[in-house]
Amino acid sequence: MVIALIIIVVVVVLLVVYAVSVRNGLIRRRNQIENAWSQIDVQLKRRIDLIPNLVETVKGYAAHEKETLDAVIKARNSAIAAPDTPNAQANADNQLTGALRQVFALSEAYPDLKANQNFLALQEELTATEGRVAYARQFYNDAVLDYNNKIQQFPGSIFAGSLKMDTREYFEADEAARTVPTVDF
Amino acid sequence: MFELVRSNKRRSALLVGGFVVIVVVIGAFIGYIAGFGPWGLAVAIVVSAALAFASYWKSDAVALAVSRAKPADPEAYKRLHNLVEGLCIASGLPKPGVYVIEDPAPNAFATGRNPQHAAIAVTTGLLEKMNRVELEGVLAHELSHIKNYDILVSTLAVTMVGAVALLSDITIRAMWWNGGRVSREGDREDGFNPLVLIGFVLLIVGPIVARIMQATISRRRETLADVSACQLTRYPPGLISALEKLRDDTTVTHSASTATAHLWIEQPMSGVGDEGRLGSFHKLFDTHPPLEERISLLREL
Repeated sequence: MVIALIIIVVVVVLLVVYAVSVRNGLIRRRNQIENAWSQIDVQLKRRIDLIPNLVETVKGYAAHEKETLDAVIKARNSAIAAPDTPNAQANADNQLTGALRQVFALSEAYPDLKANQNFLALQEELTATEGRVAYARQFYNDAVLDYNNKIQQFPGSIFAGSLKMDTREYFEADEAARTVPTVDF
Repeated sequence: MFELVRSNKRRSALLVGGFVVIVVVIGAFIGYIAGFGPWGLAVAIVVSAALAFASYWKSDAVALAVSRAKPADPEAYKRLHNLVEGLCIASGLPKPGVYVIEDPAPNAFATGRNPQHAAIAVTTGLLEKMNRVELEGVLAHELSHIKNYDILVSTLAVTMVGAVALLSDITIRAMWWNGGRVSREGDREDGFNPLVLIGFVLLIVGPIVARIMQATISRRRETLADVSACQLTRYPPGLISALEKLRDDTTVTHSASTATAHLWIEQPMSGVGDEGRLGSFHKLFDTHPPLEERISLLREL
């Protein structure tokens, strides 16, 4: 009789521990999404911060390519000023990518610029940062997928209601952002 | 791709579980035959585990020292650091230590007891021969090893192998000293005991079987790392191209040894001419699946 009681108590304790871990897991995943979202911003800002240096370096060699450089500065400024919605951010970011591509195409015409160490370093940094932005967005989407799975499946679904958890949206490229910016010579 | 990762994880969990069970059975048998009873197995596991986990705890330092790896200067190896950082963002892992090994053969390994104490090392040969996306693929593979706690898994496997080997070794010595008599209860009058024969067979074969299972687990984890890497980069052609380059490259890695063989992305030792029946026997002990197989698996993605 006592044995049965002990077993029941142990089972109940285990169930409670499990339930707590499930609930905590949901909260952890929700926080993960917030973290992933701000991570995207961090990387975008990092890219924007690299621009002035790039413009100065290019000016030293190709000062009369005013149009291209101005486009970059303009794109940077609108990226800073863009409202904090995903679509506006993505649009501004896309414009910046296009403008930057023009600048790097410039280096083909100016071999001195192309060989400049500073320019090469900046090129590497910008490529890497674009990669980071893409990975940050990927991580965000992965976090959303994981979270959505957990709140929709059993046993997470039990707690999702009481914790007021809804399915989250993925980060999606705007239609405009899908068109590849062209490079004009 | 997610499905492939999950099924790989399931299969390797089953493998490890099965491995533990088999080893316990073999060990118990040997222990019984030797007259140690269950205590023999327990002691062997404890000793083996203590040794294995001591090395596991310090695995990052040990593996790096053995391979003469040096920390990669962030300025000199900017691209390498950038790629690792990008992948860490994609995987949510903290950035591991990044090391470089002076060796013309292209290869890389990852080590460390958990993601917070991890390290990745690449050879100068790898940095020279791979382009950006290929290098990224290789780094993603190594990071996946860290993410999937493969060092822990292989330590577990090594512990099991060690336990069986230890037990078998002690038993053989005990038999030797006892002049061939195995059981402590003295000679049996009631005739030939078939269990003793099975025990002898297991004594010899046990350690070999354990090693084969360890190699199987290692191959399964390598495949898992390949698929996880593609999940990280979302770009299988990068890793495929890198593996193809590795396949076509014939330089032998000098900084490796049999002890660290399982950590590298490509089997460091040149394979013995894998022809005929002896060749397929050797294949059982390979820590990595053959490159062709890995490439065709990734092509399916």
